[in-house]
Amino acid sequence: MGRLKTIARRSFLIGTVALAGGVVFGTYAYRRDPDNPLLDDLAEGQAAITPHVLIDTEGVTLITPRADKGQGTVSLQAMLLAEELDVDPYAIRTDFGPPSAAYWNGVVLAEGLPFADAGDGTLARGSRKAGEVLGKILGMQITGGSSSAADAFDRLRQAGAVARETLKAAAAARTGLAQADLKTESGAVVLPDGTRVAYPDLIPDLAGVEPVQVDSLRDPSQWRFLGHPHRRLDIVAKSTGTQAYGIDLTVEGMVFAAVHRLPDPPDETARHDTAPALAMRGVVAAGVIGANAYAIADNTWRAMQAAQAIRTEGMAAMAPRPGAMPDQSEIWDRIAASLDGTRRDSRNRDLGDIDAALSQGEVLTAEYRVPFLAHAALEPLNATVRITADRADIWAGTQVPIVARDKVARLTGLPKASVHVHNQMMGGSFGRRLEDDFILVAVEIARRVTGRAVKVTWTREADFAADFPRPAAMARGRGRVEGGQVVAYDLDIAAQSTMESQVGRMGMPVFGPDKAIVAGAADQPFAIPAYRVTGHRVPAMVPVSSWRSVGASANGVFHDCWLDELIHAAGADPVAERLRLCDDPLSRKVIEAVAEMADWQGAQPGPDGAGLMRGRGVAFCRSFGVPTAAIVDLSDTGAGLRIDRAFVAAEVGRVLDPVNFENQVAGGVVFGLGHAMNCELTYAGGVPEQANFDSYEGMRLRQCPQITVRGLENGDRVRGIGEPPVPVAMAALANAVFAATGRRIRELPLSRHVDFV
Amino acid sequence: MRFTVNGTPREVDVEPDMPLLWLLRDVLGLTGTKYGCGIAACGACTVHLNGAPVRACQTLAGDLEGAEVVTIEGLGTPAAPHPLQLAWIDHQVAQCGYCQSGQIMQAAGLLAQNPAPSDAEIIEAMDGNLCRCGTYPRILAAVRDAAGRMGG
Repeated sequence: MGRLKTIARRSFLIGTVALAGGVVFGTYAYRRDPDNPLLDDLAEGQAAITPHVLIDTEGVTLITPRADKGQGTVSLQAMLLAEELDVDPYAIRTDFGPPSAAYWNGVVLAEGLPFADAGDGTLARGSRKAGEVLGKILGMQITGGSSSAADAFDRLRQAGAVARETLKAAAAARTGLAQADLKTESGAVVLPDGTRVAYPDLIPDLAGVEPVQVDSLRDPSQWRFLGHPHRRLDIVAKSTGTQAYGIDLTVEGMVFAAVHRLPDPPDETARHDTAPALAMRGVVAAGVIGANAYAIADNTWRAMQAAQAIRTEGMAAMAPRPGAMPDQSEIWDRIAASLDGTRRDSRNRDLGDIDAALSQGEVLTAEYRVPFLAHAALEPLNATVRITADRADIWAGTQVPIVARDKVARLTGLPKASVHVHNQMMGGSFGRRLEDDFILVAVEIARRVTGRAVKVTWTREADFAADFPRPAAMARGRGRVEGGQVVAYDLDIAAQSTMESQVGRMGMPVFGPDKAIVAGAADQPFAIPAYRVTGHRVPAMVPVSSWRSVGASANGVFHDCWLDELIHAAGADPVAERLRLCDDPLSRKVIEAVAEMADWQGAQPGPDGAGLMRGRGVAFCRSFGVPTAAIVDLSDTGAGLRIDRAFVAAEVGRVLDPVNFENQVAGGVVFGLGHAMNCELTYAGGVPEQANFDSYEGMRLRQCPQITVRGLENGDRVRGIGEPPVPVAMAALANAVFAATGRRIRELPLSRHVDFV
Repeated sequence: MRFTVNGTPREVDVEPDMPLLWLLRDVLGLTGTKYGCGIAACGACTVHLNGAPVRACQTLAGDLEGAEVVTIEGLGTPAAPHPLQLAWIDHQVAQCGYCQSGQIMQAAGLLAQNPAPSDAEIIEAMDGNLCRCGTYPRILAAVRDAAGRMGG
């Protein structure tokens, strides 16, 4: 972002911004538009038209405001722009741009993060307060909820098209030729005689040209990159160690800080002895912020050593304090108690008469639980901050740059306009960087050395301790089968509210039921004659947040595994019965596709050639609007279960980047399988007992199955694929364990009950 | 202590118990080597010490006297990538990419010692390198491919 400011002073910005459903053009209008962030620092007489396409004498820079955690959205955003703009995507630069309402996310509200539910609930009640909340959220630049592709698909192609046509208009004005006779190709306007005028050469001519309205976008048959295998923009850098992440940043005069978690959250009586830390080589400051011990030194390692040397004394005994976080067994008790009916949050699925259906015949029951899970992105939390008397600079990977900017302004007392957030490429996130806690802690640390940039790095242990996990949850199922069919299905789910916790930390009020408590369960496309899903809100205990696939990460397991139990109890085929019950054509097609890919012949194919018992699990979950089905094949080796193959089919409307699509789905499968196998956070004394990858392993190469992926394009809307593979991978694995071993494991991680190779 | 990094002689004055990881990143400015766990549980900091892959977070400065260290920056560059890096590019292995320096250095150590590894040998050599994004299928394919390109 530092670069962008420099460029902006001598640049023309071309394109369009769609606000409130309309497209706004015109230099004059834009110069008065407070939402056009690229107007900052433009000199009088320069034209500024759009937030997405920036041209200067050095070439074209595309502004790709969605944060990149590894999902490849910078590359996709650039391709969407380039496809219409006619530039070589490998010859342009990209920039995240500044935080701005102009980069609002129009899709995340619809079916993404738990914010969505606040919107629905409050709108339905017509609350005025809700309008304010929605307005604020609508103006928010969020990356999350698998929404980037859907949100960008039309908007960025349109921005590219407007820029292209405006450049042609400038060339027409310069040459006196008709605009219709001009073409564009690889960063240049091509005249009828073949003369090429490079886009930067048209800068002087743009001043006199009105931006051109574009009525239609190119047909997909004309696409050169979208829909075809292509190289993502960051792949060379990420294969040569030259991709700079936030943690790699160097700012002139920078010092290094480290954050380590105190073993127990200090109370008001605690005193912190920083003398040993301050006596260490290279250390310039040390202290405690909340539960974080920190030190500032001349390199990260010295800062880490010093932060870990800070002693806390005088704390009131370790006895539980009022309001202190309960330990894990008490947490489970509170979750279970929330299923008693007094804390009902939603009942969004209620078909037929479930009470009548369960008042006859044999009623089957089961209880499921899933644990807290850490995000644990491989790049530990970090932020680089420089605070001066009149400005703050924040270099950090963030999914919510506007929230971060506003909170830093509040914390420092600086005006928002003086807080500059420079978004960075992230080494993973999985939702962790929807939180801004690490930025605020880094700001507080930077205030100790005003005027100097400080790169603050969390130790891995502090990263785990500071996490806002995926909430632990429980579910109770009741159901009945009859005549080889599932006829009654009742599911009660209890979880803490992600929305209440997460949006609350953003400083916004929250209303209504939290759909995340039941997402992936109450919204599934099945027509069971008696079918009910009820959500129950567990009182706040552990601060929780969005974790890759959010509510569906738990509920996709609850819903599908309980359905699988009933199907097996009915003696029906797991694929055939899901298909029989499914009432959504797009969803039926993914189940049919995955069965065909895996050559499904039933859940128990019998022993393999070597005599190993095998089992197959199928699962379905529609999350983020994406119907997704998986089949997992398992062998019981005698020395542990081995996951042999996984097949996934997902309906996304259109696959824009086939290579990255496959990689995202396979990665989501590995993420789901790994966490379902062996990951959990258990709390004791206010912090998780797991502090590093030795106790939170995830999947390793030896455990990785062969993964086969198919994207279906039957739907009429583009959808994102980052999250939907996760719930089905988890559920299909649990179902496969039953098929292979006859044991129905109703608790994750599965490693609590079975061994994996 | 004196040693070479990517062929360049270096002399540093740091505590003997400072890990090579931080010496590379914060003292020498070679940030391609990544911090992930600090306890040899993830492999993101893998570099070559005298030709063999090691975890830089467990390699102490005091043990570096006279050593030859090679990092991802020394293996190849965007303009002149190592065959493994070419395979990583062609297979589009990376998602977030944060673990990939360590993955590539671990694989390079394997192929230097065993030019034609079996899948089982690749898995055994690479199993300690964690990828949170789950790029394992592409890692396996890229190592196989690179072995072929290198004539293994």
